[in-house]
Amino acid sequence: MSLISEIDFGTPVSDAETTVTVTIDGFAVTVPEGTSIMRAAMEAGIQVPKLCATDSVNAFGSCRLCLVEIEGRAGTPASCTTPAGDGMVVKTQTGRLKKLRRDVMELYISDHPLDCLTCAANGDCELQDMAGAVGLREVRYGQEGANHFDAAKDQSNPYFTFDPAKCIVCSRCVRACEEVQGTFALTIDGRGFASHVAAGMDEPFLASECVSCGACVQACPTATLIEKSVIEIGQPEHSVVTTCAYCGVGCSFKAEMRGEEVVRMVPYKDGAANHGHSCVKGRFAWGYTNHRDRILKPMIRERISDPWREVSWDEAVGRVASEFKRIQATRGRSSIGAITSSRCTNEETYLVQKLVRAVFGNNNTDTCARVCHSPTGYGLSKTFGTSAGTQNFDSVDDADVILVIGANPTDAHPVFASRMKKRLREGAKLIVIDPRRTDLVRSAHIKADYHLPLLPGTNVAMLNALAHVVVTEGLVNEKFVRDQCDGDAFADWAAFVARPENSPEAASHFTGVPAETIRAAARLYATGGNAAIYYGLGVTEHSQGTTTVMAIANLAMATGNIGREGVGVNPLRGQNNVQGACDMGSFPHELPGYRHISDEIVRGLFEKDWGVHLDAEPGLRIPNMLDAALDGSFQGLYVQGEDIVQSDPDSKHVIAGLQAMECVVVQDLFLNETSNYAHVFLPGSTFLEKDGTFTNAERRINRVRKVMAPKGGMADWEITLAIAKAMGVPMHYSHPSEIMDEIARLTPSFSGVNYAKLDALGSVQWPCNDAAPEGTPTMHIGKFVRGKGNFLITEFVPTDEKIGPRFPLLLTTGRILSQYNVGAQTRRTGNATWHGEDLLEIHPHDAEERGLHDGSWVRLESRSGATSLRAHITDRVAPGIVYTTFHHPDTQANVVTSDYSDWATNCPEYKVTAVQVAPSNGPTAWQTEYQAHSHESRRIAHPAPLPAAE
Amino acid sequence: MSPEKLVYMANQIGRFFAHQPEEKAVANTADHLVKFWDPRMRKAILGYVDAGGQGLQPLVLKAVLTLKLNVDSVQARTI
Repeated sequence: MSLISEIDFGTPVSDAETTVTVTIDGFAVTVPEGTSIMRAAMEAGIQVPKLCATDSVNAFGSCRLCLVEIEGRAGTPASCTTPAGDGMVVKTQTGRLKKLRRDVMELYISDHPLDCLTCAANGDCELQDMAGAVGLREVRYGQEGANHFDAAKDQSNPYFTFDPAKCIVCSRCVRACEEVQGTFALTIDGRGFASHVAAGMDEPFLASECVSCGACVQACPTATLIEKSVIEIGQPEHSVVTTCAYCGVGCSFKAEMRGEEVVRMVPYKDGAANHGHSCVKGRFAWGYTNHRDRILKPMIRERISDPWREVSWDEAVGRVASEFKRIQATRGRSSIGAITSSRCTNEETYLVQKLVRAVFGNNNTDTCARVCHSPTGYGLSKTFGTSAGTQNFDSVDDADVILVIGANPTDAHPVFASRMKKRLREGAKLIVIDPRRTDLVRSAHIKADYHLPLLPGTNVAMLNALAHVVVTEGLVNEKFVRDQCDGDAFADWAAFVARPENSPEAASHFTGVPAETIRAAARLYATGGNAAIYYGLGVTEHSQGTTTVMAIANLAMATGNIGREGVGVNPLRGQNNVQGACDMGSFPHELPGYRHISDEIVRGLFEKDWGVHLDAEPGLRIPNMLDAALDGSFQGLYVQGEDIVQSDPDSKHVIAGLQAMECVVVQDLFLNETSNYAHVFLPGSTFLEKDGTFTNAERRINRVRKVMAPKGGMADWEITLAIAKAMGVPMHYSHPSEIMDEIARLTPSFSGVNYAKLDALGSVQWPCNDAAPEGTPTMHIGKFVRGKGNFLITEFVPTDEKIGPRFPLLLTTGRILSQYNVGAQTRRTGNATWHGEDLLEIHPHDAEERGLHDGSWVRLESRSGATSLRAHITDRVAPGIVYTTFHHPDTQANVVTSDYSDWATNCPEYKVTAVQVAPSNGPTAWQTEYQAHSHESRRIAHPAPLPAAE
Repeated sequence: MSPEKLVYMANQIGRFFAHQPEEKAVANTADHLVKFWDPRMRKAILGYVDAGGQGLQPLVLKAVLTLKLNVDSVQARTI
């Protein structure tokens, strides 16, 4: 292993199809037209000295170090801003150039501290490298003149420092913030000698609008912007490419290591999902992996009121096996089950569902996709024929119109959002359908052409109205529909959406959005060129979540926006491997590859391979498991890497279900809310401690690579194997690659996937098989997977969760940039600096009516329960709507959410809860009692120390 | 499992297919119940129908009744 050092070509790649040939230092180089001389030289292996250039941002031409001479041209142009021309003859090293560069470097160094030996960037400093490259031997100006050595260091950000004394004002950080991240938080303030990098209004980084994505730190050529972890630990000595374990973007990172200690996570330039960019979570929020709260020893207890007792792995696994077998012996084969984790790898998820089907002998396996994207799977399979998005992330570069519905990508999928914003700055049009004024609606250099702030729960009415305009105004792509869709289904659907009750005028009554705005948005979507739809949980987490997904698919098909780059239907997946968890057969009704368990031929394949008989009946979904626990027919649950007490709706119901079970086994990194009701705790491993794969929102299978030994002694996949063995059905794998080989053997869409290929190609998007050996970036080209695209009738059915005098406001829940899901990881990092508690967003009008002040405690109450939290008064939400997150167990926001769920999948209706908000003095009695119980539940009894020897 | 909850869920499913001709709507509703409901849930709702089936929409009631054969066959397999 060594430290991976990617080549910096200095300027971005040109995507021109025509080429030019240039001779550089005697070597002919052929490059796409528009390529800079600097990049062309690097393509030939010739490194032109540079400071202000890096290939993640456009050329700037300020440092004057990359000068070259061009035959037939006067002067010494900058190679970064000069395009290579056909027939051009370039010299990068002449006597004149050497002198110029040395002079330039002298000036830089005359105002740069000479503390290289104690500088954190020692060994990784481009200024140092360039001083060496140009042969700097003296600084004639000395260091006694005016300088910036005493400029104050900004240490406000939890993860990096800004030391202006070391800044060479190359603007790489400013440009990275603009071009890569799209936040525009940085600028060069002042002129001449006073020029300096300023965050926000020349304020500390933490106080500015900086989102801490790390792009500036990565771009900085000196120690001006540098990770605090590097300052503390020193430079890394080796690195391993792996995949982030946060959101569904699935960014590739280099884990840069010193021994078994992570020094920093650096986004990997060749990562096909992120192309070298990152967000605050993946880049910096990995401190949880060695947090003191990690549980590293297995624990058991007889009753949930007992303290935990640390035991050996054998004893813990033995307890799981004996309890599960006892329960099955007394309650029947179907009385136990498991929840797979979307945070774990494909291989681990596959093993858990295999454990359930092959060892437990039933199909009681479910996953957290139940509460997020299960409607996506159902809706897209019925319309297109496959349960996944249609595009890769790069596709957004070709979109002319972007429709974002029920998604907040700048917070929940930030790296993709940066990509999307870049395309918007290039001129793509934007339609946002969301009750809140998300950052995409209006932020630096971004303004939605149409924001449709609909009332929560009216997505279907809105989409039907958009379709109404498409059909009644003659905007259907008739050729696409005729060639690729089911004609009868289309005719039925077109007649349905054309009805007056689906008109924008009728929809405006439900949605609250003016009909003309709906009409204008529909016209833009249908006629603006390549139109791409991106959606999130604001679509799926409704009683009509599946219907909404179908309505999205209908709209895309009717306008022909499927089957090429720049278009498509793109579900933005929540957790890192939620796509993979679904692919791997985590749902109770289907085997890996989305094949129903009742299919005898498919079941036969698995039975033959696994050597067992499989139950042909679907098993219980998570909410059904909890219901069945209360009636006594479900008594044992193995939960791998989920915290259903905090994440699932109607917390009191979840808790009641868990309390009714005889054996709850939680496998996780930390004691969590669910483990408060568990009898066995098995210490899980982080993504840094195991091998495997994650599949991101674009169906991309990325490698997860182990960089350290599992701190608890076993990787998660090994724990599942141990349980299977203890239950008498051993499974034999010596490495996760063998599990992937089995997945490929049994799953047609994965048949071409293996670790050797992933190592060679970096990643592949499924389907990956004989027909597409290197994967499938865009699906449904020329033909839908199901054959003909299927239009479905999507009647709008208003939710039964109604507002009224007692509960006059609508609560909708969501996520924030710095926190992730239940916060188990991010709360244990510096990210808590930005978001230390859940807040209730409420409109000034609603706040005034209730006598609320910004920051004051409020009681949030629904028909399900009540919690208290602090108010944040903002017009980001409309009057009548309130919003909060669910990242903190102290709030337990899901004690408020209802039991209503999607008709097809039981995905909970998190996004619509009727509530009342009132002033409060602090936490509710339930919160106080819950916290006391939680504290009690986490006691660990340590054996008394042996008496000292006399 | 609470019969009220099962009835509510079954009616939700039926509502999606309600625009279809009755025979097709009944078949699709029944198919959804067979493909996505655990046998004990189907058994419970059948028991509820045997006790009167209050609250089930007519097409859903018909769909549930078609489950009878399926539940019998499951029991035969699992006994």
